[in-house]
Amino acid sequence: MKKINHVIKDKVGIHARPAGMLVSLVSKFSSQITLTKGDNAVDAKRLLALLNMGVKYGDEITISIDGIDEEKAAEEIQEFLKENL
Amino acid sequence: MIKIEGKGVFGGIAIGKIALKDNKEDPVKRTRIDDVDNEMKRFERAKIQAQSQLEDLYNKSIKEVGEVNAMIFNVHKMMLDDLDYIESINNMIETENVNAEYAVACTGDNFSEMFATMDDEYMKERAADIKDISERVIKCLLGKEDELLQTDEPVIILAEDLAPSETVQLDKDKVLSFVTKFGSTNSHTAILARTMNIPALIGIDFPLGIHGKTAIVDGYNGILYIDPEADILKQMQEKSDSDEQNKKLLQELKGKENITLSGKHINLFANIGGTGDVASVLANDAGGIGLFRSEFLYLDHNDYPTEEQQLAAYKTVAQNMAGKKVIIRTLDIGADKQVDYFNLDKEENPAMGYRAIRICLDRVDIFKTQLRALLRASVYGNISVMYPMIISVDEVIQIQKIMQEVKDELKLQGIKYEDIEEGVMIETPAAVMISEELGKLVDFFSLGTNDLTQYTLAIDRQNSRLDNIYDPHHPAVLEMIKMTVENGHKGGAWVGICGELAADLTLTQQFIDMGIDELSVSPAFILPLRKEVRECR
Repeated sequence: MKKINHVIKDKVGIHARPAGMLVSLVSKFSSQITLTKGDNAVDAKRLLALLNMGVKYGDEITISIDGIDEEKAAEEIQEFLKENL
Repeated sequence: MIKIEGKGVFGGIAIGKIALKDNKEDPVKRTRIDDVDNEMKRFERAKIQAQSQLEDLYNKSIKEVGEVNAMIFNVHKMMLDDLDYIESINNMIETENVNAEYAVACTGDNFSEMFATMDDEYMKERAADIKDISERVIKCLLGKEDELLQTDEPVIILAEDLAPSETVQLDKDKVLSFVTKFGSTNSHTAILARTMNIPALIGIDFPLGIHGKTAIVDGYNGILYIDPEADILKQMQEKSDSDEQNKKLLQELKGKENITLSGKHINLFANIGGTGDVASVLANDAGGIGLFRSEFLYLDHNDYPTEEQQLAAYKTVAQNMAGKKVIIRTLDIGADKQVDYFNLDKEENPAMGYRAIRICLDRVDIFKTQLRALLRASVYGNISVMYPMIISVDEVIQIQKIMQEVKDELKLQGIKYEDIEEGVMIETPAAVMISEELGKLVDFFSLGTNDLTQYTLAIDRQNSRLDNIYDPHHPAVLEMIKMTVENGHKGGAWVGICGELAADLTLTQQFIDMGIDELSVSPAFILPLRKEVRECR
């Protein structure tokens, strides 16, 4: 199980474009990937649920990855968050 | 005459007949289905068909509005693959024995509602996205084609709202303008209208029964006139004619080369101050960006922009310019600008004070952050960097040392970058006098004629009392430009002008005779300047 903590640096938060990119990215992996903000958790592969969370600038999120390809997934997700959110 | 005020989404005047768009959704009947497996397959097929349509829309839009704006259709495609959405529809079909159309309509409404009730303006708009994609799937299920507008003459479309997909498909030959009751200036529809250059209005609460009436859309002021009075009509017609003339210029000159009668080539680039200006740069057919003022990153914030924030901005511009040169000027701020967090001392003479490169060479951490972001962004396009307010060879040597340090750091961290062209602004008399030496050290010069004139004539640009003696065509200034071009070329540097003089059509011939390589101007001046260049010797 891998965990990534991240504070959103993008002023607009998780809007449609990066959400779409994130879902595209995580859907490649077979691991179970969850995004948590505060008390709420969603399956990071579900675009609408992700958007519905309304993650904003300054929010702290945790992404948990559990599965065979968790190493690679964690690496790529970390990179993605740095560059896009 | 009825006059209704709303918001202009894109400037421009349209005069024509109103076509009221029927926004009735396709009526969906709920019917009982026993063969639920087949019904779920129907949905699956329609979904795939809808996604294929969205893919076509995406490809069509990329050409018209660029990748960043066309992205919305890709996101729509992804929404249709959302597991919650699909599961909801399939569940409904299976457990309630209903037809796919009904299941999609209900699910679409539910999910749309979920977003419509969120606080965030942006999220509220996603409600429209979900409605749009659900409508599309229902159309596929019903075997209906996307409606095409039936009209002989071009019209002004009035509708409650327009989905992004509808906007992109508007046949510009048939549509003069569109006006909606709802929508926001940052909605995708608005963004698309702006990028497609269609005058549009939103927030117009139009009355019933106006189909077929004559109307005027004033996109500049956000006003719709229905059955306009004669004097308004005349006024608007004149404005519209002058707009038409400019558009013609655009069409004639777009894609043509910047070449003089004697065959000399010159680059015409654009000056911009923010990432939102790129659309205008491309629309006006600039060959590149000759000056990207990076100050907006520092002025729009309450704190220093991070490397990541800067990278995002530079990357966006580089990508949208798709290989065309983007020359980014490093931080050019002084005590005359409002940047409290910099803690700059108040100065008597900010124009000659602690500013621009002087701050960067003193507070190297800020400089390095910007350089890091620039280098990292270099892999996404064709980026060059330019340093402002240079007065000595020593400054350039210091800068290049720091640049090398930054490159070494990035290499150590395994972060990719490309070697980018470096140039300096020639905007001080000192720089002009040592331009021969400077030319050996850098790849290019860009003349900041506004400041150069100020410092050379010892006249404060802001002091209107001195307007009558402020002569931007002063022979001293022109001589300095000539000298800079010659010296730059001696050292192997190309030379351009990014100050106001670049757009001065009375000087173009002189600049060409001097051997100037590039002129960088406001996007709106590119085509008039091209016309001038093509008429020069």
